[in-house]
Formats: sequence, C-alpha cells, structure tokens
Amino acid sequence: MKILVCISNVPDTTTKIKLSADSKSVDTSGIQWVINPWDELALTRALELKETTGGAIEKVTVATVGTAEVEPTLRKALAIGADDAFRVDINPQDAYQVAAELTGLIKANPYDIILCGIESSDYNGSAVGGMLAELLGIASVSSVSSLSVVNGEVQLTREIDGGKETMVSSLPFTAIVQKGISLEPRIPSMRGIMTARAKPLQVVPSFGTESLTLISGFKLPAPKAACHIVDGENVKDLIRLLHEEAKVI
Amino acid sequence: MDFEFTEEQLMIRDAARDFAQRDLIRDVLERDAGSIYPTEHVKKLAELGFLGMLVSPEYDGGGMDTISYVLAMEEISKVDASVSVIMSVNNSLVCYGIEAYGTEEQKQKYLKPLARGEKTGAFLLSEPEAGSDATSQRTTAEDKGDHYLLNGTKNWITNGNTAGTYLVIAQTHPDKKHKGINCLIVDRHSPGISVGPHEDKMGMRSSDTHSVMFTDVIVPKENRFGEDGFGFTFAMKTLEGGRIGIASQALGLASGAFERAVKYAKERKAFGTEIANHQAIAFKLADMAVKIENARNLCLKAAWLKDNSKPYGVASAMAKYYAAEIAMDVTTQAVQIHGGYGYVKEYHVERLMREAKLTQIYEGTSEIQQIVISRDILK
Repeated sequence: MKILVCISNVPDTTTKIKLSADSKSVDTSGIQWVINPWDELALTRALELKETTGGAIEKVTVATVGTAEVEPTLRKALAIGADDAFRVDINPQDAYQVAAELTGLIKANPYDIILCGIESSDYNGSAVGGMLAELLGIASVSSVSSLSVVNGEVQLTREIDGGKETMVSSLPFTAIVQKGISLEPRIPSMRGIMTARAKPLQVVPSFGTESLTLISGFKLPAPKAACHIVDGENVKDLIRLLHEEAKVI
Repeated sequence: MDFEFTEEQLMIRDAARDFAQRDLIRDVLERDAGSIYPTEHVKKLAELGFLGMLVSPEYDGGGMDTISYVLAMEEISKVDASVSVIMSVNNSLVCYGIEAYGTEEQKQKYLKPLARGEKTGAFLLSEPEAGSDATSQRTTAEDKGDHYLLNGTKNWITNGNTAGTYLVIAQTHPDKKHKGINCLIVDRHSPGISVGPHEDKMGMRSSDTHSVMFTDVIVPKENRFGEDGFGFTFAMKTLEGGRIGIASQALGLASGAFERAVKYAKERKAFGTEIANHQAIAFKLADMAVKIENARNLCLKAAWLKDNSKPYGVASAMAKYYAAEIAMDVTTQAVQIHGGYGYVKEYHVERLMREAKLTQIYEGTSEIQQIVISRDILK
C-alpha cells in the first residue's frame, strides 16, 4: 500500500496575524511557516504504520499545492521521514482549487490511502479532504482518530457523538484525520535532515483548475478588553462596573 | 558577506527549539530542584543526532556545520543549560578531539559510539589544584613500555559518572613541564577508577558533575593522542572549539531570559499600563537586545571561521568571554524586570541567572579569555 499525506503550509500557530492595506489578504511578511499541525500528525501516523507493519506500507509520499515558497515545508516533511514529495505549482485561491489540483495529481499518481488533516490552522475551512474524495470518486472517512493495519486490512476509528465507531474501508480511500491520530509530531533528526537533501521533490505543473470563490475581505477580531480585578469585598464597585462599563446588567 | 541562514540550518534550529520547548520544558524545574540527571532527554538527544551533530557521517555523526551547532545550542540552552552542556562536551570537546587528532583505530572504536550517542564522553582536565593553570597537572601517566599507569584526581568533570569514554590529561614527564603532558582515551569502567559524589551546584544542577579518581589505571599506549607530549597542545586546541559551544550556551541563557522578560513586560501592569510602556523597562530591554545580538554575531563569526578552516582561537575566546559576561548581565536584568516573581523558581529566570554564572567560569574563565585575547593583541 502507498500512503499520500496532503500537507498544507500554514503560519506558525503563535503568529500575530496582520492584514494587507486593502484587508483582502494576510500580510505574510515575517511569518514563520510550518506544516499544518493536523497534517503533521497524519504524517507521523503514516510513518509509524510504515515502520510497524512489516512492509505492508510500501511508501509514504507528501504533497502540497503552492508556489516554490512552500518547499521548505515539504523538505521538513522529507526530513521527518516521508520518502518523496510533490508540489503542484500554483498559488491556490480556495479549498476547491486545492482539492481539484490534488485530484489531478492523484489521478496521475494513484495512492491507496490518502490522509488529510481535518482542517488547516490558517483558514480552518475543513473542506479539502471531503472535496478531494468526492472529486476522485472514492470513499471518505471523516474525524478519524485512529488508523491501523490489521492482517492486511485497514481499520479506522471515528469520533462520533458520545462514543467511537470502528470501521474497515476498501482501498483507495481518503481519511480526514483529527487530533489523536498520533500522539505528537516527530522532530526531524540530524540524519533525517541530511538524507532529505537526496530525496525526490517533484514539481508538477498546475492542472489548470480555477477557484470557485473570491475573498472580499478579512476582519480581525476586536482586541481583548482589559481585565479589571475587583476586590472581593467591593461588591458595590463590581456592580457599578458591570452596569456602567461592561453594560451587562 | 551573507547574513542569511540556509534552509537546513533553520531546520536544525527549529528541531532544537521543538525539542527544548516541547520536551525539556516539561520537567526542567523538577530536575533543577532535585539535581536529577536528564536520562530520557539525553536518549532523545542521541536519537535526534544532536550528541554527534558535528561529527562526519563517515563516523556516524550528523555532518552538520558549526553555524547549525550554534543555533541548536542556543535553542536548547534557552530552556535547559544542564542538557546543552552534555551536548557541548560530547560534541565540541570529546568527539571533536578524537576526530581531529585521533588515529583511524581510535575513531572506529571510540568516536562512532559517541557520535551515535550510545555513549557520552567526558573531558578530564581540571584538578583540585589545577583549574585555569592547566600546565600544573598533578595526575600522572607513567610510561610503562606498552601502557601507561594513570594516577591522580580530576575535578568538576561534566558527565563524570555517566560518560562511557574519558579523555584524560595527565603528566608523563614532569621535567618537561607542559611539553611532557599526554592525553589518553580511557574507558570509564577500567579497574582503578572511582567517581566521587555528585556535586551540589548552584546552577546546571541536573548535569552530572563529579570528581574522578585514578589509582594505578592501566591505559594501552595506543590510546594516546599524537606524539608523546602532545597532550597540552591537544587540550588547548580542543578547548578552542569547546569555547564556541559554551559561548552559544551563554547566548541561549541570555536570549531565553530575554524572551521571558519581554513577554512578562508586555503582560504585567503597573501605574495603569503594561510595564513595557515605562521607559525604565523599555530601555533595559533595548540594552539586553543589543547585547544578545552582539553575542550571537560573535558566536556565528567564530563558527563561520571554524567551518571555513580559518584560525578561530581568538574569535572563540571573544565569543565565550562576551557571551558569558552578557549572559550574567541579561539574566540578572530579566530577574529585575520580573520583580518578586523573578525571584521565585516558577518563572525560570532565577534559574537561568544561576546557570549563567557558570559560563563565566568553566571551559576557561572570563579572565583566561581576556588573557587569550590580550596576548593576541599584544604579540
């Protein structure tokens, strides 16, 4: 079996987001880019399966849709342990375009298990995995928190309301994975970083897709209000502040 | 001149940062309080390849450059200098010494397990009565034909108990003074070696510091570095590189304390506003930032010289001297900015301050660095 892990390149989760002058895009200057945390956990699980299933997993590939600027993120995935990487060369404008470009890639390079993070930590669209499965016409399992290979069969566990659901899936399928799929992401080792130099990173031209949506503007949330600490014995002050300043009573 | 790091150097920095911020931070306070050796973390350091990152892949090392080493040492030292000193001693004293001056047999037998992190190493130079004055070695390596007989006591030995391989500096020909000194590779478990109790230190409390006693320890002749009497030169040359490691450690202590001070100054309020808005605090932060930037540039310059096979002895002395001095200063200011909170352990900065003190003392005191630098100016 071959596993493809779809990787999204996102700002580090501690980034302070700034918008461009027209508020139609995010100002990316000074941002440190990382592998989307859910995708990183998916990659970790894929590598664990490859290492522990005695040859059942032949290869772990990573793929992303983006310009050359996203390559450091792919090379980090190679340093962590992926065997090879694809980059579809286009700056995607929405989730549909990402899914459509990945569809073109996967049709030309078929995989048995396709893993997508449940969402990306930047736009939080939760859309690519489901769209991708639909465009490929293959099974899709959402909210997957466990993935294992037992006697050559792939078992998945999903989080459902009030419990868990375990299922098997025919191949190929897309698993949209969430936290719990692996314990914590791997840190690349010196050896991994060194061998990543020699691993293939193939750049594929765009499949000519178009986006379906247009962003008309972004708005940052209001800054957090200052915190007033009122002494426990000053109930009158507390009531006055709640009435006059917070205006909640 | 190019001030950009390569993608690979940044990846190594990030790997060290992830390891420090994810793993080391979890139990650093408990290990400091209890002087507990970081066994599991050292295992992980080995798995990630940090213990032998400077060693050539030919000898199972990471084959990384010294710039990457500076970046990794800084990140790990921001959180835990007790762990970074284990990494520094193993890489830049023990592995470097064997790789640069060892025979092929010595490299195969001793360097490979050290580079893989299966064993750690220790560098045994200081003695109860020979610290800065390293020429006055009382430990003797008596020439017995096909072997040396080692007798004496070494002090303040990092990895003293946990190391598997010792590099021991000892006097063979007292009449020749420092030209009679040899350096020998000694198996930690050789008969006649006893290790003193764990030193109860002010800082770096979870690193493994001991005195080591040798009583009629037999060391084969083939375990000597270089020609007879090469030991002092070996030690001085090896310490040149070691200084880059400790300079980077001091840099990390300073930048770690600085990051905490900035965060605190932006959160803590006094007189109706965040204390960062008071010039008294803002100017302190500006001074700290400039000092850290200077120290970082000195460390990277020394590393660049080493990577480009240029003389780096004075540059590494400048880096070690300056970084250690500003580490003491910056960590003290970080405690000051934190006020009372800085004086309690939970906020980490008092620990970084205690740890910074050692960087002015070990692997060549600040005063020894001043000697190295001034002698070069005045020669």
